[in-house]
Amino acid sequence: MPVIEVSGLTKYYGDKVGVEDLTFNVARGEILGFLGPNAAGKTTTMRVITGYMSPTRGSVKVAGYDLLDEPAAVKRHIGYLPENPPLYRDMTVRAYLEFVAEIKEVPPKRRRAAVAGAIERLALGEVQGRLVQNISRGYRQRVGLAQALINDPDVLILDEPTAGLDPKQIIEIRNLIRDLAGHHTVVLSSHILPEVSVTCSRVMIINRGRLVAEDAPERLSARLRRAQRLVVRVRGPAQKVAAALGRVPGVAGVEAVTEAAPGPASDGLFYVDAEAGSDVREGVFHAMAAAGAPILELRPVELSLEEVFLQLTTEEPATDDGPGANEGEVEGDGAKAADTGR
Amino acid sequence: MEPKLPIPGGEDLPAATVTARPSPPLAKTWFIFRREVLAYFLSPVAYVVMAVYLLICGYFFSVSLIASQAAEMRGALGNMGITFLFMAPILTMRLLAEERRQGTDELLLTSPLSVGAIVAGKYLAVTAVYALILTITGIYPVIISIFGDPDAGPIITGYIGLFLLGASFLAVGVFASSVTDNQMVAGVVSFGILLLLWIFSWAGDALANDLGRALQAVSILNRFDDFRKGILDLANVLFYLSYIVGFLFLAVRMVEKRRWS
Repeated sequence: MPVIEVSGLTKYYGDKVGVEDLTFNVARGEILGFLGPNAAGKTTTMRVITGYMSPTRGSVKVAGYDLLDEPAAVKRHIGYLPENPPLYRDMTVRAYLEFVAEIKEVPPKRRRAAVAGAIERLALGEVQGRLVQNISRGYRQRVGLAQALINDPDVLILDEPTAGLDPKQIIEIRNLIRDLAGHHTVVLSSHILPEVSVTCSRVMIINRGRLVAEDAPERLSARLRRAQRLVVRVRGPAQKVAAALGRVPGVAGVEAVTEAAPGPASDGLFYVDAEAGSDVREGVFHAMAAAGAPILELRPVELSLEEVFLQLTTEEPATDDGPGANEGEVEGDGAKAADTGR
Repeated sequence: MEPKLPIPGGEDLPAATVTARPSPPLAKTWFIFRREVLAYFLSPVAYVVMAVYLLICGYFFSVSLIASQAAEMRGALGNMGITFLFMAPILTMRLLAEERRQGTDELLLTSPLSVGAIVAGKYLAVTAVYALILTITGIYPVIISIFGDPDAGPIITGYIGLFLLGASFLAVGVFASSVTDNQMVAGVVSFGILLLLWIFSWAGDALANDLGRALQAVSILNRFDDFRKGILDLANVLFYLSYIVGFLFLAVRMVEKRRWS
């Protein structure tokens, strides 16, 4: 039985869409990642699930309880770390965690142990006596996590849990989240692809309030990887170079980025898109050598999140003509999402 | 650990009314209350308000005592009420607005707490601070009784009235703090409402018609006069209690409404 059942979730802010018609389930012990650019609807979705905001339409069930009928029961099962850790600056770390344990209904006899446990788990021992306003951003994020964990909830909702941390802290938090899986069910969000792909067992890509794609991270990144894109800077006449690049086996498309100035000795910058699964770098080298156009630069492009979205959201309309474009993981409304994804 | 604050009898009435919702055990109101009282004394706010208020009250008390040479407090209590009208917004403006500003409302509203318990806890906290201030001014009647023989009745009812009056100011302030995430705006709004409710009491002189009488009827200060004269009228007590409950109810609704917008 899924721990979280979200069905037809819609949230408008006035007439602005926060999220629209979002439906998904999360199984016990799973780590689900929401991936999307800022203002995509990740935070809104989390705020609705945690009961901070009410949905315009749709239903949310957590651990079998309906959010609208039994909000308190739902809240008892959720630990929530908002994007900005909800900390009282004028309290010490320990006093703050004690307060959270109280309002989260940790039984009086277990409060001391719960606070001590959270302090130990997140290595807050050093700062437990200090005021929240005097501790670093990394510690604040950890206090925020400690707060979410303190009543040992079934479900953890973590909004950008590693934002603003340094690389070492990011790794610590990732490990912690992975440790939590199994016993806890975790939903986290990020706008960084590697972030979700290393921690999550399933990723949902959200854009403009809609579900764009949903997959296991390995398959998602495979899908993104299969279209290799290179940046090639070549000295030579632009049209001739572009034609030669287009003839390389495995190249799906060539796009001139900068219009090369007329004349034989000018530089041109090209994007070369490869077909799925083929590595065209060698072919490009030989073709350019044959054309007498020296390669000045050749590097693969890291797909930015925007491009990932563009790629994913434009995938569906191309169902008929592209190999592998009909894998079918793109959820409905692709056409509309494609319009907005640009 | 928590500071023991003297809480006069009328105190728990609003809480009982506001938290009469499905399940919230009073314990949660208490947790919010305790955190909030601590917050007042961890920041300079409570101390500064207390010091300024007591300074001004001390001035009014001394001057009216010297001027009248009478062992009574009617004038001083009236001035103490008006002075608190200026202090109440400063004490309350932070309460709900700052939770929103700092994002800590996300903790409170996603915890198994009712909004009623949150608002009641915060209101009771600021009312406890007020009660503490009034307790300190208890030195005035003591001074009078050392040097004279005052009539205890009007002083006691006067203090009851002063407490209810101030508690009403604070309820207005809690409501104002629920409409915004900006402390200053909350302070100005509550000051504006309080000032209006005060000047309504002058309407009776200016407008000798139904409107004037209606405005006088809702004026927050008129009823205080009876208390200072030594009259303890249940209607007046209920008047203030309904002010308190009404504004706290509005505050709860404001917080709840925002989740739907």
